[in-house]
Amino acid sequence: MKARAEALPTQEMLINMGPQHPSTHGVLRVILRTDGEVVVNARPDVGYLHRALEKIGERVTYAQFMPFTDRLDYLASMNCNAAWAWTVEKLAGIEVPERAEYIRVIVCELNRISSHLIAFGSFTADMGAFTPFLYAIRERERINDLFEDICGNRLTYNYVRIGGVSADLPDRFLEKTKEFLDYFEPKIPEYNKLISYNKIFVHRLANVAAISGGEAVAYGLTGPNLRGSGVSFDLRRSEPYSVYPKLDFDVCVGTGERGTVGDCFDRYMVRINEMRESVKILRQAIAQIPGGPVMAKVPRAFKPPVGEVYFRAENPRGETGIYLISDGTVNPYRLKLRAPSFVTMNIFEKVTKGLMIADIVAVIGSFDIILPEIDR
Amino acid sequence: MEPKAIFEAVKGKFGEAVVELQEEGFRPAFVVVSPESVREISLFLRDDPAMKFDSLMCLSGVDYKDRFAVAYHLHSLEIGHRIGVKAYLPREAPSLPSVDGVWPAANFQEREAFDLYGIVFPGSKDLRRILLPEDWVGYPLRKDYKYPEFYHGIKV
Amino acid sequence: MGAHRPGNAPPEGRQMSHDPAHSGPAPAVGPVSLGPEAHVMVGNADKFINWCRKSSLWYLLFATACCGIELMQTGASRYDLDRFGAVFRATPRQSDLMIVAGTITHKMAERLIRLYEQMPEPKYVISMGSCANTGGPFYKDSYCVVKGVDLLIPVDVYVPGCPPRPEALIDGILKLQKIIEQKRNFAAKA
Repeated sequence: MKARAEALPTQEMLINMGPQHPSTHGVLRVILRTDGEVVVNARPDVGYLHRALEKIGERVTYAQFMPFTDRLDYLASMNCNAAWAWTVEKLAGIEVPERAEYIRVIVCELNRISSHLIAFGSFTADMGAFTPFLYAIRERERINDLFEDICGNRLTYNYVRIGGVSADLPDRFLEKTKEFLDYFEPKIPEYNKLISYNKIFVHRLANVAAISGGEAVAYGLTGPNLRGSGVSFDLRRSEPYSVYPKLDFDVCVGTGERGTVGDCFDRYMVRINEMRESVKILRQAIAQIPGGPVMAKVPRAFKPPVGEVYFRAENPRGETGIYLISDGTVNPYRLKLRAPSFVTMNIFEKVTKGLMIADIVAVIGSFDIILPEIDR
Repeated sequence: MEPKAIFEAVKGKFGEAVVELQEEGFRPAFVVVSPESVREISLFLRDDPAMKFDSLMCLSGVDYKDRFAVAYHLHSLEIGHRIGVKAYLPREAPSLPSVDGVWPAANFQEREAFDLYGIVFPGSKDLRRILLPEDWVGYPLRKDYKYPEFYHGIKV
Repeated sequence: MGAHRPGNAPPEGRQMSHDPAHSGPAPAVGPVSLGPEAHVMVGNADKFINWCRKSSLWYLLFATACCGIELMQTGASRYDLDRFGAVFRATPRQSDLMIVAGTITHKMAERLIRLYEQMPEPKYVISMGSCANTGGPFYKDSYCVVKGVDLLIPVDVYVPGCPPRPEALIDGILKLQKIIEQKRNFAAKA
């Protein structure tokens, strides 16, 4: 092999992947240095979608920032809405009616399913199988219909309010959700039959970019990426908020079932299994939801007390943390959005060393990154 | 461990470098430290068997008008406790040691603080602008930032 | 368009040469003059070319932000944009249409212009959503969002919404098809 390498001198190439590339899930740019097909170094270059959400947060009121949280992670707008509401409520000590909390959990879990569906669909499409994408969108459209019933929009909902939710659930919503769950639950084994254990698919993912549990924690991975490395840590369980303590569900972790623990396949499988857990949570929440008001009394000119608070919620992509500083006026003084995808990109350069170029796509897909979160 | 106990332990070890404990109105509470000692205190918080803060949740720059600050939110997966660490910096040439050797998760967030606040982290393995273009003028999240009129001939 | 449209019965007394029902001897191979059996369509070249162009609008998969998800869903199961001849391409060199789906920042602006320049003529641009139209919710307070993609490249159709529904995007594409239909490629030069 060595003799051959001497006979055929090679030199490193510099390849620019993105910001316009179909598999980078948006406008991510990766600067690749490669030796033939083998990646010597892959440096992510982000910021092509930096929209200054943090600066905007300092210039609008607490309630006015709600629509911008939609656009922090547009695949999980409900979760971001709710995370913002929970942060401000924690800062100001607002008690939220129980029905509103249940509604939030229901919409959050529905949104988690629809976000994981996109992760599943676009990931398989990146791996060269376009059909599962169409299956995933088929189911996602039904969740979009449910959200449309609630708030009239398909993607950016702006439904959760500080102190509750903007309106009670429409008629027959819970029945419709149950119908959807009955329809959706058998689809998960169907996905597994369709693609998850497909031999080519497994070969593309197993043993690729394995991350150990310790590494994952040190590099700040959260959510499914952390759990894929075998660390059983879920904020809904470990630092419970809202009504999650009353709901029973399992924390899915990577087991290394087709390769090493923490490889791309494990991260993928955690998302598939989490959809099943979300169905479980939804069924319980629908059974338990009480009646009553959906909005606490929050003054129109809302001025929380002076203070600093850090709240984090388990979103589909991991821990969305909000560090909020209030100086007692109507505008937040400082607002830091700790977005899971942004922190996840830290480890990208490390895990991609020595992989093939095609594996880069697998790694990006298995992290399920989303660009507005990276760039904010 | 309670914030008070963590503060006492760090104070006992580092003495003068630990300034105060911010508790009232702060969730989680902050241990305020002097900027020069951030790296040593971080190593202590990570490695001490009673602390074991293995996860840096969030690193943020803050502009308090009269001074800057860098806030670290730490969490220990093993013990399950949380604490904040904060270091105040002067407005002129803000700089404090990088902690990306302690928690690798810090790198991108330090770059972000550099990009948006102009806080320099000596010892960082890679400190460049991250979100804005390399030739952007100014640090936008500073409270006295003036929006530019044009960037490359396009109106801002 | 032409005198003999496909599907119309051929005029009396003339057999179509390739008609399988007509089991005559195979025609001799050789130079063939365009006789009356040949299929000739006589019509307006502009109309024909415009019809070709509007019916195969391959769009560049240029999804920068939220609208990109709606763009994806428009192309997928339920809304099935393929019905209108619009399929996505990953490279600008194979695209006729750029759907700018999402926010354009100053860092991205230069790349957007380069992508547009890489597309072959004739090329069209749909500005999808508020951010691409005007900067949208980021108009007032953001220091790094381009306030409308028309500051960078010419835009044919604007689709409002934040994000627009798939129906709105489809309507935008149909409007663009109408624009293409009215284009005069030859007559103006004569």
